[in-house]
Amino acid sequence: MTTVAEPQTARETAFVDNDLHPVGHGRMLRKEDPRFVRGRGHYLDDVQLPGMLHLAILRSPLAHARITSIDITAAQAHPKVKLVVTGAMLAEKNLAWMPTLSNDVQAVLATDKVRFQGQEVAFVVAEDRYAARDALELIDVTYEELRPVIDARHALDPDAPVIRDDLKDKKDNHIFDWETGDKDATEKVFAAADVVVTQDMAYPRVHPAPMETCGAVADFDSVNGKLTLYSTTQAPHAHRTLYAIVAGLPEHKIRVISPDIGGGFGNKVPIYPGYVCAIVASLLTDKPVKWMEDRSENLTSTSFARDYVMHGEIAATKDGKILAIRTHVLADHGAFNGQAAPVKYPAGFFGVFCGSYDLEAAYAHQTAVYTNKAPGGVAYACSFRITEAVYLVERMVDCLAFELGVDPVELRRKNLLRPEQFPYTTKTGWVYDSGDYVATLDEALRIAGYDELRREQAAKRERGELMGIGISTFTEAVGAGPRKDMDILGLGMNDGCELRIHPTGKATVRLSVQTQGQGHETTFAQIVGEELGIPPADIEVVHGDTDQTPFGLGTYGSRSTPVSGAAAALVARKIRDKARIIASGMLEVSVADLEWDKGSFRVAGDPGKAVTIQEIAMRAHGAGDLPEGLEGGLDAEVCYNPSNLTYPNGAYICVVDVDPGTGKVTVRRFIAVDDCGTRINPMIIEGQVHGGLADGIGMALMEMISFDEDGNCLSGSLMDYLLPTALEVPAFETGFTVTPSPHHPIGAKGVGESATVGSPPAVVNAVIDALRPYGVRHADMPLTPSRVWEAMQGTVQPPI
Amino acid sequence: MQVPAPFEYERATSVDGAIGLLERLGDTAKLVAGGHSLLPMMKLRLANFEYLIDINDLHGDLGYITFTAEEVRIGAMTRHREIAESAELLAVFPIFADAEQVIADPVVRNRGTIGGSLCQADPAEDLSAVCTTLGASCVIRGSGGERVVPMAEFHRGPYETAVGTTEMLTEVRFPIRPYAGSAYEKVERRAGDWAVAAAGAAVWLSSEPRGSRGRTDSENDGHDVVLADARVGLAAVGPNTVEIPSISAALRGQTPSEELYARAGELAAQNCHPVTDPRGSADYKRHLADELTRRALRRAVQRATDQVRS
Repeated sequence: MTTVAEPQTARETAFVDNDLHPVGHGRMLRKEDPRFVRGRGHYLDDVQLPGMLHLAILRSPLAHARITSIDITAAQAHPKVKLVVTGAMLAEKNLAWMPTLSNDVQAVLATDKVRFQGQEVAFVVAEDRYAARDALELIDVTYEELRPVIDARHALDPDAPVIRDDLKDKKDNHIFDWETGDKDATEKVFAAADVVVTQDMAYPRVHPAPMETCGAVADFDSVNGKLTLYSTTQAPHAHRTLYAIVAGLPEHKIRVISPDIGGGFGNKVPIYPGYVCAIVASLLTDKPVKWMEDRSENLTSTSFARDYVMHGEIAATKDGKILAIRTHVLADHGAFNGQAAPVKYPAGFFGVFCGSYDLEAAYAHQTAVYTNKAPGGVAYACSFRITEAVYLVERMVDCLAFELGVDPVELRRKNLLRPEQFPYTTKTGWVYDSGDYVATLDEALRIAGYDELRREQAAKRERGELMGIGISTFTEAVGAGPRKDMDILGLGMNDGCELRIHPTGKATVRLSVQTQGQGHETTFAQIVGEELGIPPADIEVVHGDTDQTPFGLGTYGSRSTPVSGAAAALVARKIRDKARIIASGMLEVSVADLEWDKGSFRVAGDPGKAVTIQEIAMRAHGAGDLPEGLEGGLDAEVCYNPSNLTYPNGAYICVVDVDPGTGKVTVRRFIAVDDCGTRINPMIIEGQVHGGLADGIGMALMEMISFDEDGNCLSGSLMDYLLPTALEVPAFETGFTVTPSPHHPIGAKGVGESATVGSPPAVVNAVIDALRPYGVRHADMPLTPSRVWEAMQGTVQPPI
Repeated sequence: MQVPAPFEYERATSVDGAIGLLERLGDTAKLVAGGHSLLPMMKLRLANFEYLIDINDLHGDLGYITFTAEEVRIGAMTRHREIAESAELLAVFPIFADAEQVIADPVVRNRGTIGGSLCQADPAEDLSAVCTTLGASCVIRGSGGERVVPMAEFHRGPYETAVGTTEMLTEVRFPIRPYAGSAYEKVERRAGDWAVAAAGAAVWLSSEPRGSRGRTDSENDGHDVVLADARVGLAAVGPNTVEIPSISAALRGQTPSEELYARAGELAAQNCHPVTDPRGSADYKRHLADELTRRALRRAVQRATDQVRS
């Protein structure tokens, strides 16, 4: 069932109702914010331990070169330096290489060759950060330069240098070929279609660029053999297990603590060489060692996102029924395949490229290659490559509308899945759980005043002014994932949750997921509060410490609410079931005679006779008999295995003005209607959407990690890698429809990445729409003034 | 956190003291004013100095905007914010208001100085373009005394100036002429970014008896408005911000018109030397030199006309 809500634009609701204190779901201020706004957050660089040393990493200035010698004697002689380590020294301990999340290996410190500019070559540990950094300049490395592979299109050329000659028998730069859908069936549909539109498009390399860069403090206690690792990780439990496997340390002697995290966006999913270096350094020095990368290191060496060259094809009838989509993708994975995605999904969830439409056939083929660029892939709020998939399909639909000469809204309306088609299995095998896509679109059109916008546009075109309206009706797939299908390096993508109700009725809930700003400390208290009738203020949320929380795979891919949120609801229900039995004893009635009335059990037909959850908690821990067979206490634990992903959807409308003289794009309005099922805290959802929209506008208009032909990264600072500011984004207008997920315990779907996934095509579609008088059908991101002007001249080139 | 290489720090308490330190320490020393260009370069270790001489205590001596009938004098330590908030200066040269609004961000503008901006000599720097447009002169002081260098000779290439290693820039002077208007137009990829390209224009009007020229300004009772003089300065389309003398020659004595602005824009495009970089292609920057020159002239003339009328 879908309910279309009253208009709730950002401006109207941003500060309305925030003083409410819901016992459960509802708009409430975030519990974690007082410490953040007062500067009392505790981030990685705030960790100070007695005797702590500082680690700095020497990085390669070249994209591809053989290391011929490394002389560390001068660095070792620096009076404040305690330790200098090279790849060769790590190799002696069998630690020079580590596994990536995609079953590849990555150099911790280069031993043979450097394979991208910024690669880790050696590290120094010194008494302070300044000395460590100074001593890097005393290390003398000689390189023999090799020809780099920078353009992925030429990575598989017969004469391309082989980047990964460390891999046995590797003779080329090929990583994998992957396909999904039915190639032959798709070919048949294309052959018979009235209209076929093809379009090449590139999704440039971008970077998550979290405000807090990555870092670690390793503290090895040589007496009890325990390693405590503070690190900027979105997945503390998964990291602990991987350290146990890589470093051979017993898992119960490793404690990973993820303190407050200043933004993750996928950047803090992988294990970086710096973390391993810090661990090694602490083991060797018997001191705590801190490594905190600087901004340039973050931008040039940590996990990037996108870097897809896509060829799209769409087939349709002449009256606009979309029949099939076909694509070939060339994926640049950099020097090591460090993509973070479930192992059976080498292309992530790109397979959802069928989008929100009812197709007869679909097929995708992808080739992934190595290049001499930083490794990674997937990072940046992309829901495992759905960002690329959504961009492809939403651009292709607009290209089709362009060729058919129809309104992109009407084309979409004709092809969107209908509510009665759910659960719907796409031609690539994804089972969409629920949605009412037309209702979501209609709500966005209503908020936007779509018809009036089109009239305004027509009037402006008469005057030579360029105004564009862009649409994106996207479907997300989040909440990885069912253990039968999804694992990362053999670890099932399930999450535990542990709930303790204390004698006074206050509660502590322990999560396996880790917040990086998403508001877990509030949302999860509300989920438990909704189930047990305990005010969220009375519920402490513990997360980010493997010694204090149950196992689980962490926060990325918008999976916290779909997976851990389900676990939190179920563990609360488990408590409620036990509480019902205790209540039956307290009220001396049968459990069947009790009715749950949010926060208390009442005797059916005698509403005056009731006990509260707080009274039950005291009874559970107090004196006196409990019903026979019942243990004392009121604690429970679950591990949740989702039966399917959840499939949130959205309808986004972007309105832009383009200066015809300069090509400068101004995003005048952005209307975002999201359907993420049950809404736990609407204010947090809006905040997530606002952030994602800013991300999307940034990617569409300005963000790109670029390289010169020698492989020098040209985007190594925030002067060169542009992030959007408040001045580039409008006052967002958000709205919602609610179509609960049928298989999630509370009907919630993830929303963290919806806006990042859904907004870039809306912005690009809007700019292309503005350029209609120039006959422009496509231009690649980033749509900088220069690139827009070149599109108007018909000279724009792909950015990669 | 990015950390610079080790350096020593001295704090100058007078202009002579600063110059004395420079003479003693030579080219291993660098003056630091606002520091918003120098310190990031040092943190990136693109610039390394043995000594920094902090001249922020000289703000009392060198932080001023003074007016005479003939010129405006701005002390080298005058901060962007002080320029942006000087109503008297903005009334004379509204181009400063345009430029200051698009220079970096308020944090930088609170601290950065006009002297620092000029001495950084970044080809895309906005105040340098303003000074170029307005035909400013720079007062450079050494232990032997002062010399005055016109903007055209102040910048010697990217990040190079006429200021010797034992000298410092102390003041920037701007000639005042009547019936003036000025404006600055910049395209940036994002608020606070360096210019992809920018153009400044300054015009000075005079009027002649009606009918003495082809076109009349019907609202300017009895007289035709002509350009007594005009200057256009460009940023980010060459090794330094640059004034285009051929535009001045083409505009001088002419009646303002769209055709005239188009001619000036054409000359700007012809006389600039942009290169392709991540901010934009050379072709685009050349186009912007044209487009922004027209826009800046249009607005400068409008402002001058408004001034004449009032």
